[in-house]
Amino acid sequence: MSDALPLLSARGLRLAFGGVKAADGIDLDVRHGEFLAIIGPNGAGKTTFINMATGYLRPQAGRIEFEGQPILGLSPRAIVRRGIGRSFQLPQLFTEHTVLENAALAIAARRGIWSPLAPLLRPRWRDEAMELLDRFGLRGIAESRADSLNEGARKLADIAMAVALEPSLLLMDEPTSGVAAAEKMLIVETLVRVLRSTGVTAVFVEHDMDVVARFADRVAVWSQGRIAALGPPAEVLADPVVQRDVIGIATHA
Amino acid sequence: MADWFAENGLLLGLALLDGLAYAALVFMVAVGLNLVFGVLRIVNVAHGSLFAIGAYTAASIGIFFASRGLPPWMSYVALVLAAVAVGAVLGPLIEKLLLRRIYGHEDVLQLLVTFALFMILEDVQKLIWGVQPISQDTPLRFLGTVDVPFGEDVIPFTAYQLFVLPGVAVATLLALAWFLRRTLTGRVIVAVTTDKEAATAMGIDAARIMLLTFTFGAGLAALGGALASPTTALVPGVGAQTIVLSFAVVATAGLGQIEGAALTSLLIGLGRSIAVYFAPEFEVVVPYLIMVAVLLVRPQGLFGVIETRRV
Amino acid sequence: MRRESLLAALGAIGLVACAWAVPWLKFVLTIALAKGIAVLGILLLLRAGQVSFGHSMFLALGAYTVAFLAPSAPEVLLLLPLAGLLGAGLGLVLGLFLVRYRDIFFGMLNLAFAMVMYSLLEKLYALTKGTDGIRVARLTFAGLEPDRPTQEWIMFGIALGLAIGFGLLVRFYLASPMGRALAGIKTRETRLEFMGVPARRVLLAAYVLSALMGGVGGALIGMTTRHVTPQLAYWTSSGELVFIAILGGAGSALGPFLGATAFELVRVYAAAAVADAWQMILGGVLLVVILFAPGGIWGILARRRQA
Repeated sequence: MSDALPLLSARGLRLAFGGVKAADGIDLDVRHGEFLAIIGPNGAGKTTFINMATGYLRPQAGRIEFEGQPILGLSPRAIVRRGIGRSFQLPQLFTEHTVLENAALAIAARRGIWSPLAPLLRPRWRDEAMELLDRFGLRGIAESRADSLNEGARKLADIAMAVALEPSLLLMDEPTSGVAAAEKMLIVETLVRVLRSTGVTAVFVEHDMDVVARFADRVAVWSQGRIAALGPPAEVLADPVVQRDVIGIATHA
Repeated sequence: MADWFAENGLLLGLALLDGLAYAALVFMVAVGLNLVFGVLRIVNVAHGSLFAIGAYTAASIGIFFASRGLPPWMSYVALVLAAVAVGAVLGPLIEKLLLRRIYGHEDVLQLLVTFALFMILEDVQKLIWGVQPISQDTPLRFLGTVDVPFGEDVIPFTAYQLFVLPGVAVATLLALAWFLRRTLTGRVIVAVTTDKEAATAMGIDAARIMLLTFTFGAGLAALGGALASPTTALVPGVGAQTIVLSFAVVATAGLGQIEGAALTSLLIGLGRSIAVYFAPEFEVVVPYLIMVAVLLVRPQGLFGVIETRRV
Repeated sequence: MRRESLLAALGAIGLVACAWAVPWLKFVLTIALAKGIAVLGILLLLRAGQVSFGHSMFLALGAYTVAFLAPSAPEVLLLLPLAGLLGAGLGLVLGLFLVRYRDIFFGMLNLAFAMVMYSLLEKLYALTKGTDGIRVARLTFAGLEPDRPTQEWIMFGIALGLAIGFGLLVRFYLASPMGRALAGIKTRETRLEFMGVPARRVLLAAYVLSALMGGVGGALIGMTTRHVTPQLAYWTSSGELVFIAILGGAGSALGPFLGATAFELVRVYAAAAVADAWQMILGGVLLVVILFAPGGIWGILARRRQA
């Protein structure tokens, strides 16, 4: 596994906003099938990495390859079609649609949106959407309008829409932020179960170290635009430097 | 080329002078539209109607003054009086009765509400002033004409259009820039424009600022109309034309740009008046051609800044 | 849903009965159906949260197509699809530019294009006879030229048939993936892009369809009134289309026809009495509907049934 070609490979990424270096020579490989957590202080550039890998920000230097092909310079839409999905820190749902319709639209986006006459909720897509929502534990609120959900359900629905596109790589920006503490582990367990069953590779930005320890195969520590440490959670989180510089800041922030 | 100038030079000179005067009027309306949008986040479709009502009111007051035998210089007082009256009456009325109900609503709803207001004001204007052309050009005649040297020729042009209109526009631009940047109220307005929530959190009475800004913007539109009234016969339909034209200026310049709006007014004013003299069929088309051409190349407008996308 | 179909069928029967009982109403109802078809296009764009203040340009295009071509090609069954195609063509050309913009930009750029069309129709006198307008030459129906009353019935029938056809089309469209994605533009356009769906093309498809229906509606108006003027392209005409869309309600494909029928009937009786205040009344009603009955006539009917 370790000598196989990585799914996503970033080399020498540099991007500065004004004087702030969000990425200052980032080298990072994402292996097939792994769950990679990115941790680090606020403003370190973790979300910037997701934005660069999905085509929303263009690094000033460096390259990113996905499945061996360079993807820098492709439009976000083209990158989605190649199989990189993402979810958002602030869930991006169609607020006036039902949860079911949100899921069905994501399915339609993959299967063919350009059909002007047959209904979106045709039996096969409705079943597929229902099945998807079921896996995320959202079946009970399928007919609710998306703007009536609580934050935890919105986060899950947002991720479900990304999963509906059947990406081979899923990038998640703080999947548990803003969620009540009691709900947090429930969300994490749902995610681990669903994502493991699909075999998707996942990268997620996270602040909660309990979530990271529970979820991640590897952890990358992003600090001042560089990868300060990379390895299994038990190893990285035990590192005194990481504990002082990253976890200390993160937990007291 | 030389032949063309020999034949059309005078016409071109006239077009430039006319364009300058016209640009001054367009600027007065566009800058108010822009300011109101910046603070209220509503593009007021009825803004052009305030211009039209300002023009009619100025003409009516001017005619009334003349009928009382007041001296001709009083017609200038009529212009200012009209602008103040329209701004002070219609401004608060519209803001308090209508706009206040729809702040923060869907964009499409805000558009429809100001569009409905536009339909109403167009007919209010027709009911009060009728559909027959109204002229009141005392301010224009009072100052007489000036011989403007142009190459070897001279062009006689009214002093009112040559000095008063551009003068008021430049004064408005300077006063506004000074007001927004140097005075407390001005800075508060800018603060509300930039971040209403933060401004409110700092204890700024945003509702009052919005009322003030709308009233002031309405007054500017009315002043533009009042200043325009001596130069043309007033007929229905001027409101629709004005709003589309001033919107063209604002869209071409980029929303929120005051100095940019001045330059763009000049561009569109000159473009239109050159069309008036050389291709009258396309008079109405030219401003939009300029707007479309600019927006094709720079969707955010000539001077606009792309709003950073928040994900 | 079944109630909606029932209401549509009742409405259609009601219209035919009115046209039969009161012959001069046929003309009014034909115009109402024609405008309703054009308003379906406004409804599509409203679903995307966009409003066009210039859609009358497609009405004018359809009507002038009939006026220009009737002398050489008087066949109604040829002119109607042609007007629709020309409408769609203009919609495609303008749409490629317009779908980059949203909200006020979208609305006002549409208005600007309509004003350009209005002034061209008015100023190019040699071609259009300016504000006098053009009388539409005699028309044939499948090669025949029946007497006047029969022609009126045929125009009414064609308008009703097209209204039903386009109404159904729009109803299916709105429930389809393209229609639901269109509604997504209103609330979360960026999500469409994140799903690999080009939002501008979704809006463009709806815009072209709306322009096509505008062209057909305009052709029907030209064939019914037999006289076309630049007034068709003026902003007041676009304003009427928006007014009808809101009055009828954007919640159902029936809304435009409910709105258009109510509008035209009231206008027959009221417009002459208050000609100078007509726009003012429209604006006032528009405000009342937006602020107090945002679902329009359809919304009121739908709520009654649920209660």
